[in-house]
Amino acid sequence: MRYLDEYRDPAAAAKLLAAIRGAVTRPWTLMEVCGGQTHSLLRFGIDRMLPPEVRLVHGPGCPVCVTPIEVIDRALEIAARPEVTFVSFGDMLRVPGTRGDLQRVKAAGGDVRMVYSPLDAVQLARALPSRQVVFFAVGFETTAPANAMAVHAAAREGLESFSVLVSHVLVPPAMEAILAAPDNQVQAFLAAGHVCTVTGLEEYGPIAARHRVPIVVTGFEPLDLLQGIWMALRQLEEGRAEVENQYARSVRPEGNREALRILREVFEVGDRSWRGMGSIPASGLHLREAYRRFDADLRFPAGETRGEAAASPCRSGEVLRGVLRPDQCAEFGVRCTPESPLGATMVSTEGTCAAYYRYRRAETAAVVAGAAHGAQGAPGGGQR
Amino acid sequence: MCLGIPGRIVEILPEREPDPESGEAPLEDGAAFPLRRGVVDFGGVRKEVCLSCVSDARPGDYVVVHVGFAISKIDADEAAKVFELLAAMDELGELEAPEGT
Ligand code: SF4
Repeated sequence: MRYLDEYRDPAAAAKLLAAIRGAVTRPWTLMEVCGGQTHSLLRFGIDRMLPPEVRLVHGPGCPVCVTPIEVIDRALEIAARPEVTFVSFGDMLRVPGTRGDLQRVKAAGGDVRMVYSPLDAVQLARALPSRQVVFFAVGFETTAPANAMAVHAAAREGLESFSVLVSHVLVPPAMEAILAAPDNQVQAFLAAGHVCTVTGLEEYGPIAARHRVPIVVTGFEPLDLLQGIWMALRQLEEGRAEVENQYARSVRPEGNREALRILREVFEVGDRSWRGMGSIPASGLHLREAYRRFDADLRFPAGETRGEAAASPCRSGEVLRGVLRPDQCAEFGVRCTPESPLGATMVSTEGTCAAYYRYRRAETAAVVAGAAHGAQGAPGGGQR
Repeated sequence: MCLGIPGRIVEILPEREPDPESGEAPLEDGAAFPLRRGVVDFGGVRKEVCLSCVSDARPGDYVVVHVGFAISKIDADEAAKVFELLAAMDELGELEAPEGT
């Protein structure tokens, strides 16, 4: 298919890899921000083709993964109400809260449904006028315009039975939080191409300047990722720290003005808490006053006891900050699998644990078996 | 849920007709945020997509679609640049290659 196949051409990838090898003289650590990029890097084995000096750590860019457990618990509570039809993207259905997940609410008789688009949730509200239709509005800047459009459409039609449980997060404040952490190892970012498609580049210049890190806005196909890595490495080797745009076929410097207009009409910036990173100031979106009557969190009273969170062995918080690799977690592939996930990073298809399970499990097993026989691990593999 | 994929617009759909059962009014033209819809082809699979935020996109244009919502029109000139870079790398490689290899 156009704009996919040609960006997967192995001969072109080999050329970019040669350019990367030619550019590197020292060890460098890069973070790819977006879970979609993590998924592609592992799927196509790009992390293993890179010269040993280049280390990739995986960022927090999966909205399913960073949604904190309190919000999941609130979703479970609302979804269990008899008058509610709870509507969500499929990935959210299996994210564990303190007590079970949305799938379990559904099994217990709750009306929980999966949609592909927030506009499908509005359609459902039109079709079920006697039900309270609640959409679980999660996502980064990429998803916010679509979710804003859904709320706006409901407001315009007077569809008062519709509401949204909002857990929207913003990428630049999370990047700053990662850079500010004392154990930070990230020296350059591959920024998330689709987030920047909506927002543009404006916010990234000050981050690059303040922290002296190169930021290369990068796409999702193998050639995109290799070119982005090459651009970031050249900056590092040359001592530059600039914002560059590898994904210019989709990202304009000013972003998508129409998308930003609807986003800002419906949402305003406020604090948000993130799984693994705690509360970050001005890192999320909330409904503006004019749309607050569509806020499910206000519409449905909060339960009295939330209960103590059971101690979980899941270390997804560390995975999300890029300080722990999934295969270093003791539960990885043992008690935690995509079929029965212990944490959000194993549930979502863009989650780092799921990507490792899908594309690296055999190798991890081989390394473990090899170690048992006193052999070395697979060459160059399993170390990133 | 967070992926965006490229597809080709095959058709722009008219504004919604009034619902014959509820009699609900169609969305007015000239609204601040009109719901513009179209059909997009993803390598043979066709889906209805919201085109409100790519108002200059026409049938035949490629768009990046995320959760049923087009977030950008793909710029064909920019898309070609990585291949121009690769071609330039080849030429450079030939210049640098020693004689006779
Ligand atoms: S492997 Fe499972 S338990 Fe371990 S951090 Fe990942 S999601 Fe949590």
